[in-house]
Amino acid sequence: MEPIAKARWLPWAGTTVVLLVTLLAWQLAVTVFGISPFTLPTPAAVGEAVVDLLSTPSTWGHIGVTLFEVAVGFLAALVFGLVAGVVLGRAEWLERAVRPVLVAVQVVPKVAFIPLFVIWFGFGVTSKIIMAATLAFFPIMLNVMLGVRSVERGHRDVMLGLGAKRWPTFRDLELPSTMPYVFAGMEVAVVFAVIGAIVGEYLGGNEGLGYLVVVSLNALDAPGLFAVILLLAVLGCLLYAVVNGAKRFAIPWHDSVVGREVA
Amino acid sequence: MGSPSLDKGGTGTLAAEGAAELEVQAVDKTYRARAGASTHALSDISLSVAPGEFISLVGRSGCGKTTLLRILAGLIAPTSGRVLAGGRDLWQGSKRDPAALGKFGLVFQDANLFPWFSIEDNIALPLKLRGVDKRTRRAKAAELCGLVGLTGFEKSYPRELSGGMRQRAAIARALSYDPSVLLMDEPFGALDALTRDRMNLELQRISVATGATVVFVTHSITEAVFLADRVVLLSPRPGRIRSITRVGFDRPRELDVESEPGFQHVVRTLRHQLDEED
Ligand SMILES: Nc1ncnc2c1ncn2[C@@H]1O[C@H](COP(=O)(O)OP(=O)(O)OP(=O)(O)O)[C@@H](O)[C@H]1O
Ligand SMILES: [Mg+2]
Repeated sequence: MEPIAKARWLPWAGTTVVLLVTLLAWQLAVTVFGISPFTLPTPAAVGEAVVDLLSTPSTWGHIGVTLFEVAVGFLAALVFGLVAGVVLGRAEWLERAVRPVLVAVQVVPKVAFIPLFVIWFGFGVTSKIIMAATLAFFPIMLNVMLGVRSVERGHRDVMLGLGAKRWPTFRDLELPSTMPYVFAGMEVAVVFAVIGAIVGEYLGGNEGLGYLVVVSLNALDAPGLFAVILLLAVLGCLLYAVVNGAKRFAIPWHDSVVGREVA
Repeated sequence: MGSPSLDKGGTGTLAAEGAAELEVQAVDKTYRARAGASTHALSDISLSVAPGEFISLVGRSGCGKTTLLRILAGLIAPTSGRVLAGGRDLWQGSKRDPAALGKFGLVFQDANLFPWFSIEDNIALPLKLRGVDKRTRRAKAAELCGLVGLTGFEKSYPRELSGGMRQRAAIARALSYDPSVLLMDEPFGALDALTRDRMNLELQRISVATGATVVFVTHSITEAVFLADRVVLLSPRPGRIRSITRVGFDRPRELDVESEPGFQHVVRTLRHQLDEED
């Protein structure tokens, strides 16, 4: 009982300690060592900026815009990634045929496409959605492709031996086998979608949290900058938690959900 | 083909009637690896299994028992030779005959339970594929759990079970749709001696009660002789039929039969044949 109980509170305690130590070091760095508050504002100043930010009504609009871009981009990536992953996973010859293209597209820093997207789709939310979707697409597609191919041979034999038809084989074997891979892809993809949307907002347009970052930068408002970054961190955590929660709901049987003590 | 002289003590009469439930004729199997290397796993195997007959398949590790069972089950095609189920070719071109497969119950060397299904759903999977409604499936699963000693674990997931319990669940799954042919690959390998004895008795009871035809792979000669009407001994590299031994004890057999001189004589003979191969 003891070690398990310990394992439960350990992460919480650890996080709290790290956070406190960081805040203390930060405060000390600014007050004792005299780092310019323009470079590094005090935690207190940042706290104030966060309160300011949240009490400004327009902030919520910006949060909404960014969330919208991330959500739509992510869902688009999910749909396209699933389809492409299943097709390429099934048709090995096709995957081999397009592999050079896939590798090429993957190694190109996709952030470099944003100016192009802005030219093509304007300064509105569309270009950001497409950026978020582009970044989120690849982890999902690659994982789904892997998942489709990772159905265990022994499990296949069971279905084969039972003379199962296509649809039951998909429903009872292939789909559940692939789900853990889909979620692994989604957990990476949701983080990438946030990156895509934010970077898109840096480069063009006048809404979203990325835009707020640029505004704070132009005003040399370091506390404001920190506040937006904190907001982004919280947003990222929330989105990740949503995907992780969906995973726990969808594949409660999987080792990544059950944890080690039972498995 | 094989050793016809050895087969004369077997079911020569039954086979002559042409009523074999399962039959392989001059089957050869070569596995081809990618790098051009190949394994000659089975060579010129001919065997005919009568309806209701219990065949034990024994032999060294790697001698091709699993391969032969997979060929009988229609999971892999032989390189050459014929496989017949109920007198019909199992392979029509490169397609398996679905009608023949419908009556096969398979137990693999690994339990191969689906981790996303509870034990109950795993056991009832074959029924689900046959469109049986949920309530009937539940009832059947509960009954089978009782049979293999898994009562109380219906709602558990495979990862929460021990290896032997998983294997028992896999046996229950194979029995769930009352197959008329049972193909079992070392199903009791992961069980302790006592449970194994119990499962052997249970399997004998089932095979007698349902009249199912059984092909049973095992490493234990005692187990093979206890269960079988005929024990088929394979010799390795490539896998060939070394001998076929008829076991004539009355059924149902009690565990005491194992201490009879006749029983021990058969076991000793088989063991010597295995030893000779070195
Ligand atoms: N899929 C495969 N590809 C290539 N070679 C294989 C394959 N399966 C089996 N073999 C080879 O065929 C031979 C027979 O294997 P098989 O699995 O039938 O043995 P076995 O008698 O069941 O052994 P064990 O008692 O250890 O289970 C072995 O030499 C093995 O290396
Ligand atoms: Mg084997």
